[in-house]
Order: sequence, then structure tokens, then C-alpha cells
Amino acid sequence: MKFWPLIPRLILLSLLIAFLVSPESFEFLFKPLVQANAPAIYNQGSLASLTLLHVRMVFFATCAATIVAVALAILVTRPFGAEFLPLARTVVNIGQTFPPVAVLALAVPAMGFGNGPTLVALFLYALLPVFENTMTALTTVPRAISDAAKGNGMTALQTFWQVELPLSLPMIVGGIKISTVIGFGTATIGSTVAAKTLGEVIIAGLNSNNLAFILQGALLVAALAILVFDLLSMLERSLMKWKAA
Amino acid sequence: MLMAAIVLAATLFLPFVVVKPNRILQGQGRSLAESLAPWAGTALTLALLLVALSLIFRLPTGVKLVITMVSLAATILALGGAAHAQLPPGNSYARVSPGSGFWLLLFGLSLATIDVIARLKPSPQFRLLLLLIAAIVIGGIFASGILSEISVIKEYSNRSDAFWAEMRRHVTLALGSMCLAFVLGVPIGVLCNRVKWLRASALNTLNILQTVPSIALFGLLILPLGWIAANIPGASAIGIAGIGVAPAFVALVLYSLLPVVANTVAGLENVPREANDAARGAGMTDMQRLVSIEFPLTFPSLLAAVRIVLIQNIGMATIAALIGGGGMGVFVFQGLGQSAMDLVLLGALPTVAMSFIAAIILGALVDFSTSPGTEARSA
Repeated sequence: MKFWPLIPRLILLSLLIAFLVSPESFEFLFKPLVQANAPAIYNQGSLASLTLLHVRMVFFATCAATIVAVALAILVTRPFGAEFLPLARTVVNIGQTFPPVAVLALAVPAMGFGNGPTLVALFLYALLPVFENTMTALTTVPRAISDAAKGNGMTALQTFWQVELPLSLPMIVGGIKISTVIGFGTATIGSTVAAKTLGEVIIAGLNSNNLAFILQGALLVAALAILVFDLLSMLERSLMKWKAA
Repeated sequence: MLMAAIVLAATLFLPFVVVKPNRILQGQGRSLAESLAPWAGTALTLALLLVALSLIFRLPTGVKLVITMVSLAATILALGGAAHAQLPPGNSYARVSPGSGFWLLLFGLSLATIDVIARLKPSPQFRLLLLLIAAIVIGGIFASGILSEISVIKEYSNRSDAFWAEMRRHVTLALGSMCLAFVLGVPIGVLCNRVKWLRASALNTLNILQTVPSIALFGLLILPLGWIAANIPGASAIGIAGIGVAPAFVALVLYSLLPVVANTVAGLENVPREANDAARGAGMTDMQRLVSIEFPLTFPSLLAAVRIVLIQNIGMATIAALIGGGGMGVFVFQGLGQSAMDLVLLGALPTVAMSFIAAIILGALVDFSTSPGTEARSA
């Protein structure tokens, strides 16, 4: 891998870390955005801990969703699960049309305010891209390759573990990548139902008409999303290379 | 099988409606059999058991479709009936809300209906017809007043004027921003197709824009729009202001640009080289070629973009309420604030219904526009 394209990301990463470690040293940048006596740096909690909570929530929800979605996709692409394929496809498509705010709002009566509804929404939205990509990858493994595996005397299970799954990995990671980026945004909306995420910073800014807060929340979430997106893209590319080798 | 089990569990064990002393307090659950007049409750429970059984056996798909759709309608009617039966007369504070049994029943039956429809592999025309029938039946149920005692409908009748005003606002936001996004996005897409170096940078910028969380983008636009309103004469006269509809509208346009530009570029790229060469050979100018060759061939891809953008906008317009932009989000956030869940439902259910209807109609249109052989490739 070439080194040069990494530089902007490393700069972004170090800026992110520097800001989280010592937000006060960036105060001069945000000062012009607020009225004279309003705080320029979020002061109702630690930005670093909110960032960690945000990342943790997206991470857990995406992991859970990945396990379920990959398992489901494997199931419906096996001969015995083929009957459920059209249903799974339609449900996945319909799930995508549900607006995030509606999912959050509808989950509140069942789970109460807090992290619960957000985890549910994150989980649901993460399911779809992973499921779709895994299914596409598994159904488009070239016929010649799986036939060759069979010709070598591999059982269906061996073919799956040693041929089909490894070939599908880059696309599965691609699905996880989309899910994670969507997740970072959705977790922000979760703060409207009192989830502990960076959305709190933005909502505090909206409520107190403090543009600096909104900007801090927005920049942090966007930086996280971009960095994770890049990291997973790198993983996807190296898996692709490994697959080609 | 699974669906049959869901239907059974829902009818037998879970509360079908919840009776609450007022709109905020927790209520008491009543099962389907308890919540209606004794004969009706028993009959309905039996009927649903039969439906569950019928789903397990191999019946012609058409018959199953009729069974599931009729039971869906019956479930909704039963909800209305239960509310009438359960509400203590003369008490205007008590509320009857749909309980978990109702939602699970609705979910199980919808899943069954979807499964049956997916198995029929319906043509676009047939899908639109089904949507029309469903709309007429549901509209009829609402118009008949059977549901009038349900909590959500009560919240509605208390603010029906506001409801329709916010609904209009919501639709205007979603559709208007989509139109503007197309007016801006298609030329950008064409330009990206013609000027190669522009392509990567334009798509990258729009990609990064999409990572900014929606609530934040709504908030961030307050400053520049407020500045424009204050400093450019005439701007505030046409409705540009720091808070309210303007920033919501601009944010929705910005989010819509990526799918529009990406799909325009992808569509133009898929125009066969031969088609363009033939057009050049026939002496067409660049502009003529764009209008009469490339656009018609790009149409399915653009329609796919309409679908993505419209569903995305209908969902995101809910967030506009946070910055005073109106829309159905007003009821959702008001309801969350008062912890009045019926009010939340009043905002959320129409939003879900709208995106659902948009998805079905546009899905059918996309299928119409792709004649067999030329597959739409959307980004």
C-alpha cells in the first residue's frame, strides 16, 4: 500500500484524538461562533466519554446485526432454506423504508427512554446492508469454482467453509462498512430519546442556540464515520487482494 | 409455521388492547376474547386459529392472499370494536390503545401477506392494484368511524387541522427538496460524466456530506441562512430564515444530491457506446445526443434515484421538527416530550405509511421503466 493517501487520514485521526484529549485548546476556533458569555466548548459532560459511548453503541449493534444477518443470509442461500428467500428479500426491502425517527419513537413504549430503542434501531438498520451484501456474494460465487470444489471431493460443508465464505468476505465487509456509517448517524438521532451518544452535544446546542456545540458534535460524528469507513475500506481491499492471490 | 405460531400466541396470550385511565398513565391489558362482546370475541379467536391453520397447509396462493388480507382487515375492525366495548361511557379521559397482541397479530398477518405476495411474483400493475385496494379498504375503515374510539384517532380528532397542516408541510418538504435536488443534481451528474477529474472530487464531497449526522446538518445551516436572511435584501421576503423550513429544506436537498448525482453518473456510464457512436455518425450535436439518446437510456437509473431520495426525505423530514421546520416530527417530539405515546404514534404511523406507499409506487414504476433486457443499474 502506498503511504501518501494515508496522510490526510492520519492528520484527521490525530486532530480527533487531540480534540478529545484537550478540547479547551481548540476553544479559539469555536469562540467566534457563540455569544460573548456562552461556553464555546461542550460543558455538560466529557466529549471523550460521549465519543466512546457512541462508538461502543455502534460497535455492539453492528456486531450483533452482522452475526444475525450473515447467519440469515447463509440460511436462505442453502438448498433447505431456499423457500424463505423471497420472503427474506421482501422483508429486508420493506425494513429499509421505515424512517429512523419512527423506529426510535415506536420502540420507546416497549423499552422506555434511554439506550434500548437506539440499540434496536441501530441493529435493524445494520441488518439490511450486511444481509443484502452477504446474500449477493454467496449467490454470485462463480459456478465453475464451486463445481471444481465438488470435483475435488469436497463436501457441501467444506465447499462452504473453504471456498464460498472466503470468496464472499470482501463483500460482507462492504456491507458492514455501509451499516457502520449509517449507524453513526442513527446513533446521533438516538439522543432524541435520551440515548447517551454524541447526539446529546448537538441537541444541547439546538436547545441553547449554541452553534459551537452543534458543530463539535457534527464534526466528531463525521470524523468517526470517515475514519471507520476508511479503515473498513482498507480491510475490504486487502481481503480482495488476498482473494485474488 | 413461525407466522402461524406468532398469530396463535398473539390471539391467546397477549393483551389485544390496553385500557388506560388517561392518555399518559399506564393501562391494563385485555386479551382479544375479553375485549369484545363474549360471542364476538370467541368467534374471532376461533376464526384466527383457523387462519393460522390455513397458513400451514398447502392452499392455492391466491386463496391464501384473500385469507390474509381479509384477516388483516378483520383485525383492524376488531380493534375498533374493542375500543367501543371497553370504553367506560361518559368518561372522556379514558383511552383504549392497541396492545402488544394487536401489534404482533398485525405483524404476523402482514408478514404472511407479504410472503404470499412475494410468492405470486406480481407484475407492477398487480402490485399497484393491491395497493389501491388496501388504500380503499383502510380509508373506508377510517371513514366509517369504527376506529373513532381508539386513542390515536382521539389524538387526531383533537388536532385534525394541525395534523393536515403538518402533513402538507411534510410532503412539501420531501417532494420540494427532491425536485430541487434533481434540478441541481442532474446537471452536476452530466458534468461529472463529461469532465473526468471533476467526478471523483464531486462524489467524494457528497459522500462526506452524507456522514454529517442529519440533526447536526439541520442545526449547522441555521447560521449561514440566518446571515443570508439578515444581509441580503429580499432573502427574508421569500422565506429564507435561520430557523424553520429553510434550513430543513436546504439540508434535505444536500442529502438528496448524492443519490441523484451518483445515479446520473452511473446511468450515463451504462449508455452503450454503440448508441452514442451511431448518434454521432447521424450528425447529432452533443446537446441533441444528451436529450434524445442519453437521457431516455438513463431514465430507469434516475427513477431509482427518485425512489431512494423520496424514501430518505420522507424519513428525514421528521427531524425538521427539531429546528421548527414542522412536519410529522412535530407530533413525534411533542409526544415524546409529554410521554404521550399515542401522540408519538400519530406522528410516526403516517410517516411509515407514506414511505411505504412511496416505496411500492416507485418500485412498480422502476419495474415499468426497465423493459426486459435492459436492467436498471442503480448506484
